Amino acid sequence: MNIPILSYMVFSPILGMILVMLLKKEQVQGIRWVSAIFSFIPLILSFFLLANYDPSTSKMQFVEFHKWIPSLGANYHLGADGLSVPMLFLTALLSFVSIIGSFNINFRVKEYFAFFLLLETGMLGVFCALDFFLFYIFWEIMLVPMYFLIGIWGGPRKEYAAIKFFLYTLFGSVFMLVGILALYFTVEPHTLNMMELIRRAPELSRGFQLIVYVAFYLAFAIKVPIFPFHTWLPDAHVEAPTAVSVVLAGILLKMGLYGLLRVSYPMFPKAALYFALPLALLAVINIIYGALVCMAQKDLKKLVAYSSVSHMGFCVLGIAAITVTGISGCVFQMVSHGLITGALFLLVGVLYDRAHTRDIDAFGGLWVKLPVYSGIMTLFCLGSLGLPGLSGFVSEFMVFIGAFPVFKVIVAIAVLGVVLTAGYFLRMIQRIFLGEFNPKWEGLPEISGREIFTVTPLAILMIFIGVYPMPLANMIRATMENIVRLVGG
Amino acid sequence: MNYRLLFPELFLFLWIIFIFVLDFFWDKEKTNYLGWFSLLGLGITIALVFGSGTGRLFGGMFLADSFSFYFKLVFLSASFLAILSSIDFVKKIEKYRGEYFGLILLSTLGMMFLCSAGELITLYIALELTTIPLFVLSAYLKKDFRSAEAGIKYVILGAISSAILIYGISIIYGLTGMTDLGLIQFSLAQQHLRFGPFGPALIFGIIFFIAGFGFKLALVPFHMWAPDVYEGAPTPITAFLSVASKGAGLAAFIRIFFVSFNVYQPDWVMIVAVLASLGMIFGNIVALLQTNIKRMLAYSSIAQIGYIMIGVVAFSWRGISALSFYVFAYLFANMGAFISAITFSNVTGSDEIEDYAGLSRSSPGLALFMAVFLLSLVGIPPLAGFVAKYYIFASAIEKGHIGIVVIAILTSVVALYYYAGVIKKMYFHKSEKEVNFSIPFSLKLALFICLLGVLIAGLFPTPFIDLATKAAQVFKYW
Repeated sequence: MNIPILSYMVFSPILGMILVMLLKKEQVQGIRWVSAIFSFIPLILSFFLLANYDPSTSKMQFVEFHKWIPSLGANYHLGADGLSVPMLFLTALLSFVSIIGSFNINFRVKEYFAFFLLLETGMLGVFCALDFFLFYIFWEIMLVPMYFLIGIWGGPRKEYAAIKFFLYTLFGSVFMLVGILALYFTVEPHTLNMMELIRRAPELSRGFQLIVYVAFYLAFAIKVPIFPFHTWLPDAHVEAPTAVSVVLAGILLKMGLYGLLRVSYPMFPKAALYFALPLALLAVINIIYGALVCMAQKDLKKLVAYSSVSHMGFCVLGIAAITVTGISGCVFQMVSHGLITGALFLLVGVLYDRAHTRDIDAFGGLWVKLPVYSGIMTLFCLGSLGLPGLSGFVSEFMVFIGAFPVFKVIVAIAVLGVVLTAGYFLRMIQRIFLGEFNPKWEGLPEISGREIFTVTPLAILMIFIGVYPMPLANMIRATMENIVRLVGG
Repeated sequence: MNYRLLFPELFLFLWIIFIFVLDFFWDKEKTNYLGWFSLLGLGITIALVFGSGTGRLFGGMFLADSFSFYFKLVFLSASFLAILSSIDFVKKIEKYRGEYFGLILLSTLGMMFLCSAGELITLYIALELTTIPLFVLSAYLKKDFRSAEAGIKYVILGAISSAILIYGISIIYGLTGMTDLGLIQFSLAQQHLRFGPFGPALIFGIIFFIAGFGFKLALVPFHMWAPDVYEGAPTPITAFLSVASKGAGLAAFIRIFFVSFNVYQPDWVMIVAVLASLGMIFGNIVALLQTNIKRMLAYSSIAQIGYIMIGVVAFSWRGISALSFYVFAYLFANMGAFISAITFSNVTGSDEIEDYAGLSRSSPGLALFMAVFLLSLVGIPPLAGFVAKYYIFASAIEKGHIGIVVIAILTSVVALYYYAGVIKKMYFHKSEKEVNFSIPFSLKLALFICLLGVLIAGLFPTPFIDLATKAAQVFKYW
């Protein structure tokens, strides 16, 4: 197959961005539809990826390779395996949904969609770049549009949140840059090819692996975020406009986990084994601490934001276990959390657009007035708290099964997190949708057709994965087995 | 003798005289054309540089090699952009408009000789030819007391630094009896073999060289003049100073230290590493506090020279190649930022960062340009500044200088804060008053050239890196 499908995917949003910039800023409808179309193209292409992906091998597929900057050893090298394909699909889906969900943006529309499309290119690029130079470019290129999206269209403390996000993530990624350079010069002959570096991993000494692992870990842990690097997350998520929160929670957080699985584990196996226990401890702190903070939240969006911290803890726990089931559980949780939390942020945005408040205590009995909205919201909350039959349950269950043989006590504590999660979500449902109706919200309009359209695909996938997880499991198995084999755990 | 090697310099010299003479005969309204004439002259000079070939003249006093070729292109481009961005600006000047352009060209001529100098006396004279026109140019806005202050400060500190440098030159001449850079290396190496490690005289000589060039490069702690001069001088001159004058000092520094003092490399590299680190830390932290865009860019350029010196610390062909490429990337990003500031102040009359509020609404194009240049200075991919930083860090890590790279990356995170501060003003804040921006053609052209430079050198840097690598191969002493 000679079609450079990954390049088309990665660069069609950029093309859309250029078109948007050529339009006049008064042509609001035109800008919206151009953006929708150019974010729909990667989605169609990602279906093509799903259909043509060969799950029997862990080798890279759809590979593209061109020489780029020979003097720096950098090449244009893209490819996808069982880890990338679900992420690419999730990215394309959530970006498209977010762009549809952003149609109600009326302020500086042209810039908004231009930045959003640039962001999408960066995200897609990270998940299929196989050359470290390219990977780093995509990794960093996202920071800029994200900074603008939070800073211009965000909430009251947007400037603080925007610069905090930018500085925090840049701080992490510059260490990754040093790590990349150290790797490049250590391996003979010098290479930035990630696949080649994975092959050469056994040559790296243990001490070197430990140091470089830490450098990469800083970048990835800040993105995930793993305690104690989580402090940027509540600010950024809460202040960001709805669609940007969706992308932040749904995709950007996954990039940290993707990095751990793509880079840290296969390239530094000795360090991965060495740091497995500390990582599991941090994971359980994420789970319990995130959940406890959620219990205390009065702001609905903050609750969803902190629930991400907690849910990312499950992912990290699965990774730390270094078992096929555990890591598969992590990938399941990545996908499932992307779908569920993406939808939750969209739905919080729907409520906020109408009521202009996110104070949980300000509502009450909304089910009477908004039955459809309340039903959808409750469905996703149940998904997030791990109700069997929905994707959240499958992924958390897999993480626990995968991690239990390795960390018995830690998993026992982590399971408490599920109870806490159920606690804060049910409490939130009760305060907002049940109880006595607050007459202040008499005039609140029901969720619109466009908004239902944005969450429908997410709901379908959530139920589908919950009921029938086999297709996804089959797709990622070979790759997961390969990662575990490389680490040798 | 192959005088073809000198053709670019000779032609530029004649063209300068032509400009000066033309200035006499034309009345004031026509002086705009002088700017375009100067650009034409620069264009022809660039063509001649491409055609002049390589070799030595006057027994090694004048070297035309791939290193001087590379840096001549940098100086000529910087000069081109400085003049292009001045064409609109000179309308503010009442008298002597023609001389303004002539002096920029004269300084450029000095830089061209400087990077070709193979001998200390030539080098010193070329350095003076570079800086003396710049003294005059910094004080060109005579009625503005800040410009006058800039001129005086620059003259005094420039004179002191030249005196220090010539003292260093005399010591080295006394020790070796040579002024030819290659022969000095030979003589020092011979003495080293015969008499063991160097004595105090040589230490002083080398330190005087570092101090003398430190002033020219605005290396901490020899940077004190830079913020005041940068703020007071006419902005196109500031842009020219911050790029071309630094590049010239750097080229001469490399010629001397990588050839003549190459034997004592472990010792002076230590000093340079400390100064570079101080520059990165000090420049970036003080830049955080600035409210004037020119002062902010002045401190940022003090920091940037610290990054550039990492390439010297690496002491390898990759290091020189990296720093040469860095200068190239820095040329477009920094000139671009200054030209954006010129455009802004031509319309609003202000250089205060505060007044940039709401620029993204009143002039989306200008705001976008400024944002791209600033992000390139931070080193955000895929812009030229990123490739430059990557390359220069790579050269240092290759040689195991992890410490200085860690300082560099941490300070570049700090740098993000003040660069982003300007972007924040432009994009996140609303402006108080509505301003109508109409950007003259010359400035638009200059901005587009810089943008293209930043994008092309960021996305397809291969040809430029190859040129820089070729330039680095002149020094084969490792």
